[in-house]
Amino acid sequence: MAHKVSMTVNGVTRESEVEPRTLLVHHIREGLGLTGTHIGCDTSQCGACTIIMNGKAVKSCTVLAVQADGADIMTIEGLAKDGQLHPIQEGFWEEHGLQCGFCTPGMIMSAYDLLQRNASPSEAEIRHAIDGNLCRCTGYQHIVKSIQWAANKMASAPAGDD
Amino acid sequence: MYPAAFDYAKPATVAEAVSLLSANPDAKILNGGHSLLPAMKLRLAQPAMLVDIGGISELKQVSVNGGATIGAAATYDDLLKHDGLKAHTALYEAMSKVGDVQVRNRGTVGGSAAHADPAADIPAALIALGAELVAVGPNGTRTIAADDFFVDILTTALEPDEVLTEIRIPASGASSAYEKFAHPASGYAVCGVAVALERDGEGTVTNARIAVTGSVYKATRCSAAEAAITGTKATAADIEAAAAVAADGLELAGDHYASAEYRGHLTKVLTKRALTRAAG
Amino acid sequence: MAVTKLFGASIKRREDPRLMTGRANFTDDVRLPGMTSMAVLRSPHAHAKIVSIDTSAAKAMPGVVAVYTGADLIDDLAPVPCAWLVPNANLVIPEYRAVATDRVRFVGDAVAVVVAEDRYLAQDAADKIEVEYDVLPAVVDQEAATQDGAPQLYDNVPNNIAFHWELGGGDIDAAFADADVTISKRIVNQRLIPNPMETRGAVAAYNPGSGELTLWVTTQNPHVHRLLIALTTSTPESQVRIIAGDVGGGFGCKIPTYAGEMIACAIAKRLGRPVRWQEDRRENFVTTTHGRDHITQLEVAAKNDGTVTGIRVKTYASMGAHLSTAGPGVPTWLYALMLPGPYTIKNFHADVYGVLTNNTATDAYRGAGRPEATYLLERAMDLVARELKMDPVAVRSKNLVPAGEFPYTSAAGLLYDSGNYQGALAKALEVIDYAGFRAEQAKAREEGRLLGIGFSTYVEVCGLAPSAAAGAMGFQGGLWESAIVRFHPTGKVTVFTGTNSHGQGHKTTFAQVVADELGVPFEDVDIVHGDTQMVPMGMGTYGSRSLAVGGAAIVSASRMVVEKARTIAAHLMEVGVDDVTFDSGTFYVTGAPDKVKTIQEVALASYLAWNMPEGVTPGLEATYFYDPSNNVYPFGTHVCVVEVDKDTGQVAFKRYVAIDDVGYVVNPMIVDGQVHGGITQGLAQAVYESAVYDEAGQLLTGSLMDYAIPKAAMLPWFEVDRTETPSPTNVMGIKGAGETGTIASTPAVANAILDALAPYGVDHIDMPLTPQKIWRLIHEQKG
Ligand SMILES: Cc1cc2nc3c(=O)[nH]c(=O)nc-3n(C[C@H](O)[C@H](O)[C@H](O)COP(=O)(O)OP(=O)(O)OC[C@H]3O[C@@H](n4cnc5c(N)ncnc54)[C@H](O)[C@@H]3O)c2cc1C
Ligand code: FES
Ligand code: FES
Repeated sequence: MAHKVSMTVNGVTRESEVEPRTLLVHHIREGLGLTGTHIGCDTSQCGACTIIMNGKAVKSCTVLAVQADGADIMTIEGLAKDGQLHPIQEGFWEEHGLQCGFCTPGMIMSAYDLLQRNASPSEAEIRHAIDGNLCRCTGYQHIVKSIQWAANKMASAPAGDD
Repeated sequence: MYPAAFDYAKPATVAEAVSLLSANPDAKILNGGHSLLPAMKLRLAQPAMLVDIGGISELKQVSVNGGATIGAAATYDDLLKHDGLKAHTALYEAMSKVGDVQVRNRGTVGGSAAHADPAADIPAALIALGAELVAVGPNGTRTIAADDFFVDILTTALEPDEVLTEIRIPASGASSAYEKFAHPASGYAVCGVAVALERDGEGTVTNARIAVTGSVYKATRCSAAEAAITGTKATAADIEAAAAVAADGLELAGDHYASAEYRGHLTKVLTKRALTRAAG
Repeated sequence: MAVTKLFGASIKRREDPRLMTGRANFTDDVRLPGMTSMAVLRSPHAHAKIVSIDTSAAKAMPGVVAVYTGADLIDDLAPVPCAWLVPNANLVIPEYRAVATDRVRFVGDAVAVVVAEDRYLAQDAADKIEVEYDVLPAVVDQEAATQDGAPQLYDNVPNNIAFHWELGGGDIDAAFADADVTISKRIVNQRLIPNPMETRGAVAAYNPGSGELTLWVTTQNPHVHRLLIALTTSTPESQVRIIAGDVGGGFGCKIPTYAGEMIACAIAKRLGRPVRWQEDRRENFVTTTHGRDHITQLEVAAKNDGTVTGIRVKTYASMGAHLSTAGPGVPTWLYALMLPGPYTIKNFHADVYGVLTNNTATDAYRGAGRPEATYLLERAMDLVARELKMDPVAVRSKNLVPAGEFPYTSAAGLLYDSGNYQGALAKALEVIDYAGFRAEQAKAREEGRLLGIGFSTYVEVCGLAPSAAAGAMGFQGGLWESAIVRFHPTGKVTVFTGTNSHGQGHKTTFAQVVADELGVPFEDVDIVHGDTQMVPMGMGTYGSRSLAVGGAAIVSASRMVVEKARTIAAHLMEVGVDDVTFDSGTFYVTGAPDKVKTIQEVALASYLAWNMPEGVTPGLEATYFYDPSNNVYPFGTHVCVVEVDKDTGQVAFKRYVAIDDVGYVVNPMIVDGQVHGGITQGLAQAVYESAVYDEAGQLLTGSLMDYAIPKAAMLPWFEVDRTETPSPTNVMGIKGAGETGTIASTPAVANAILDALAPYGVDHIDMPLTPQKIWRLIHEQKG
């Protein structure tokens, strides 16, 4: 039985009908056509599906679309504003924080959650904060540097919050 | 990755949730979803109906006043923001060691208790802190001691039509700690030990509660170690002696990653570490 | 070659903005009108006869388009091919069907296929298929599988031995007869699961009108896929188009052509509707190829002064339940040729059994064969050091090929192109402060703490070549690479390469090289790969070959373009060709500096073709197929420092130093990234990862809950530096950087842990060195 859901996705209200069993990640990718959010596992381990829901990083493969009714959602597509990369994206670009790029959208979302909570995280804090995101390519070192780069940039230019 | 079909209901009150459960014997409560949905994605769980308690605001309430009352739907992340909970160190540390940021943003202490995963962190902390769990069912409200709550693997004292509504941590003044050896893949506890010590003015341990998870089929008290440390001044030697018997009497679990013998050993090591911090 | 503007610069990757903003195009992102979703029902048993399959209930489910069994598809698909026919090995290729017909041989073997309007419905229907199995005994231990009486996977493969192969050099018997000391150890190189973050997937679309079959697929080598899909689906190769879009990591496991994409193609042809299939992670765990999995009896012969004179191995390599595309080449040539390593070891012998077992097939996994050899050899160096009570660095030093001896012919007959092995070792010792560490270690031991250091001085072979060697080794393909460099009339450049990036950043590195060669702005160079309709021919990306072979092809094609442009420029400037100099994108007339033509002007003139020199055709582009004369041989020294927690057996990484020599480096930032990722995978083998099966052939580590691929907090900071010894093999002097880290790191980490445990008198533990194994050892020595 289909349920009506309405959510704000990257600033736009999207209304749809979903089956209760539809995972939020499938709704985002198939229903809303936003394929930047990826699926890397079936046990909620990899974090490739991470999005920001009501301000917090969540694994969208472990949330039902019906649970997100009324939620405010940001996916990777919504991070850059007006063609301007977000400092986290800039950091990943400057410090070579991605290789194949498959983990990257989720990784960036987790970095976003972290930098909201902690504006100048240490290396250990960064590593801990991306515990829920697996990357098979980079060995994480450049990701750590990317997030540090973003933290520095955001500290020196405290513009709009996102 | 594709759950089987089910019906979905989102009650606004606990009473409504209880009646939905009573009317639908194959229904399950959906709380943070971070144990239930992974099982459903693999079709290891196929409930006919989910009763989503995410819309019941009272279940998200938290109050701290010496002791603490935690709504069953409060997420780890919400709880970790309550500085007052730091006094219940074993629980606070256990929550901060659960999974990862995303899991803590959605998962709940109530859900973890109700799920009773033998490798979960929370049950050991609740037992060590002497928590009480409040359940509401068709016949009203009852309170279950943590000691009696965890019955077996994935089995609790809750009836299928009962809703766990809150968890109460008593104001005991105990000094507590949680130590964990995490599995490198799952992040769950290969072994976790929570300890809580109450001491008198002289520093003598008057009451000790030590609980282990991960090493065992259900979170369990380490009574031999509790007995050994009680009545001592918790010196390094006392702790060493208590830790040495920490695995005594436990029914230990084992797998290819960590045998029962190794988990028994870890139980001792982590008991020592946790006692040392709690006593320190 | 002169180092020009962009060669050597850490240019930011041009592929990143798309990937970082959610605009990538991975296979699972492809959407086509009328697209169906495919789910595969897989065997839960490692070995069984299929007694019956009932698909009627599944067919009746809502949204189901079709359900197929192996019998239904038998005429649509040829058996899944193996393309590395190792000669002189009595190789038997057992028949492996994309969908099993009568028997399943590993957990995950396809039994039936559902196509439905969406993936949830496909799963619902797959759950309704009833299969009756007659379960047979299984065998997963490759040594046991060769014994008489072991379960037999195929009637035509006695004792499950798919091949038996030997390779040697020097006089191994004499080496052992003359040895002062000999060492013999049974060493297991455990099975690993590659786990790229993007699982494998395919979208197949067939156009019944034109007969064209288009397959979007996550592959490292689209042209190999084109050939094998054409052959197995009976589609003319000219009608098959492979598109590899963005590929989310490969590490070798996206080389093979798999049952999954073959099935999608066959069904798309039948239905005339596009078919989409993406593995779940748990499918990936059991159906995508695994790596390593050797059981080896290692023997080492040495002199009292530390000279290693002989290496002898007898290896049982598990091939899994069938032979994957390149499977047989991995434990044979790619392994045994590197057994002498960077050392002057004169005698070696390898005796290899390729054994069929009831589990997932093995094929290339990052390093493919070379990590297995390097691990044995670097463990051997430490074992010799222990035996002779020498310093492990001294033993290595004693045996390394001296810097003056390059090119050096190894005992295996390989011609090591260039090297300064001692140089890399010296640099590593300096960075790590070796003397200082040993002092610290001694002090720590007095305090009862377990510190250890491990070395790996390695050489590897990559950029495999020439094609004639491939032929001699039985590889059913060439080892060349193709390039097309094309100027557009506007002066923009498109480069088509047959290599295919799956994270390596080809579009950046190659554009740097081309911009330098042609003297055009970096922004004006576009690199195209991964679509067989745009890139006519190619061999793909594996074995660290992209820049060494593909890049070199591009340089040669670029230079051909410049030569043609020079002819046209000379004509336009009315001077002889010999009077024209090319520098940074401009043609000058020698001695008349005011007479210039930019290469862009020449490009336009070549397409207008109003005024061409006699006999010169219009247009400005060149195609070059490069078949290198030799391989390239990166080398270096990795050092790892660990501390072992006595109480739990847990390992803490203190330092990790990598000094690599990959020849000249085009983009240091990208190479650093490759090295980090490589080290991570190798380190993970040493301490974290292992495919564990039970006796019934069930994979116990079949999910990311059980199989530990490293998380950020499980890794040390990598201190990465380089020495630079150019390769004479190619025009750029480059080697390869994709696999060095993986090859080098595994033994460095294992050696460090075993050094830490030296006080307990232990000289070897099989990987992964988990806390439990380490604790047990400490515990047993104590108790
Ligand atoms: C990747 C990952 C890593 C994890 N790592 C850890 C870890 O390291 N340590 C750890 O302890 N846990 C870990 N978890 C589990 C996590 O803590 C879960 O959130 C928790 O176990 C369940 O809480 P939940 O709110 O998500 O419950 P749900 O998944 O919503 O529910 C779990 C079960 O409890 C029942 N239930 C839930 N709430 C109630 C209620 N109020 N009354 C009656 N029944 C109820 C449900 O019906 C269901 O059967 C991990 C989970 C994931 C996905
Ligand atoms: S897809 Fe892996 S955690 Fe969501
Ligand atoms: S960049 Fe490939 S998985 Fe992270």
